[in-house]
Amino acid sequence: MSSALVHLIARDLRRAWIGGGALLPVAFFLLVAILFPFAIGPDAKLLARVGGGVLWAAALLAALIPIERLVAPDMASGVIDQLLTRGQAAATIAFAKLVAHWLAFAPPILLAAVPAAALLDLSTETLVRVEIGLLIGTPGLAALALATGALVAGLRGAGAIAGLLLLPLAVPLLIFGAGSLDGGVGALKLLAAVSLVLVAGAPFVAGAAIRAGLD
Amino acid sequence: MLTFDTVTCVRGGRALFEGLSFTLEQGGGALVTGPNGIGKSSLIRLAAGLLAPAAGRIAGDTPRALLTDQVSLDEELRLARALAFWARLDGAGGNIAAALDALALSDLADIPVRLLSTGQRRRAAIARVIASGAPLWLLDEPANGLDTTALGLLETAIAAHRASGGAVLMASHTPITLPGAIAIDLAQRLPQLEPAI
Repeated sequence: MSSALVHLIARDLRRAWIGGGALLPVAFFLLVAILFPFAIGPDAKLLARVGGGVLWAAALLAALIPIERLVAPDMASGVIDQLLTRGQAAATIAFAKLVAHWLAFAPPILLAAVPAAALLDLSTETLVRVEIGLLIGTPGLAALALATGALVAGLRGAGAIAGLLLLPLAVPLLIFGAGSLDGGVGALKLLAAVSLVLVAGAPFVAGAAIRAGLD
Repeated sequence: MLTFDTVTCVRGGRALFEGLSFTLEQGGGALVTGPNGIGKSSLIRLAAGLLAPAAGRIAGDTPRALLTDQVSLDEELRLARALAFWARLDGAGGNIAAALDALALSDLADIPVRLLSTGQRRRAAIARVIASGAPLWLLDEPANGLDTTALGLLETAIAAHRASGGAVLMASHTPITLPGAIAIDLAQRLPQLEPAI
């Protein structure tokens, strides 16, 4: 990787942690995991059965939280203009943001899945499957969040629109992620394929959105 | 360094200017004038490659440094560190102290950007341009928010930059001296309107 790319990733990663910004999705993730037992009731068997799917849905919802902070602030502050003037491609900028976002978003979620699994009374086996699934699926989630963030940057009520855009597109990740909980390898492969497609495509979608936002 | 060849700029379906041609040589300067909304900032953004011309060609591949109305420095960082982000990206990490000095900002190097006043932010943005080491400066209303002392520092910095072979394209509606500059008056370049019936 070029040093400029590393430099950009380091900046975005640093900014992701400002004011505990990177902790918000984790707090949200844990909150959803805590709320579910209240809604469903203290039936340990039932919780253990639906718990893996709950964690996946929680991760999906947590992915929505940082969307508005991914691209819009840099568009507003002219940082994107400065980078483009320096000859950085819009897709490169977007790729750096994708990597930085995944680094700030995924590891805390993976860690938080451990206490969340305990709250839902998941077996170790299920927890391991959830963790493997999340490890494979979070790059795809991060890519979706970035592309959506770039598309809605500058719009009023961007957060709500971002949710409407992202959630339907994340359905394949949810299906194959939750599907992998049964222990099949097939679902994991499909999850990896979806995640890969999203990671490969998102920088270009986000880059085009950034370019379109200049005019 | 920068050539505009019969460039037409269209924003939001409206032609701002048509058939604009000029060439900026090493050590050269061009001063874009005209009333608000006539396309001065759009011309600067065209030169920066942020907009594409509707017609015509823009040539020149020297590195550019862009000054807009945004400071584009991370608010939470100390000024010197915020400048260092861009300078490192430009491979010009050693220029920061000199750039701060040129705008009389050396005493503020350890102050977070968010605490700077309007004029200080403007000077910080100009320091960012100087520190970039880019041969071509694109300055959009650089004099906004500057007091007379700072305006003098800006003119000195521009003169030094041109003396060392750099070029400056500047848009300004306030008087600022740019000796021997090409004058681009956009008010003279309004697109030909169809006669009203």
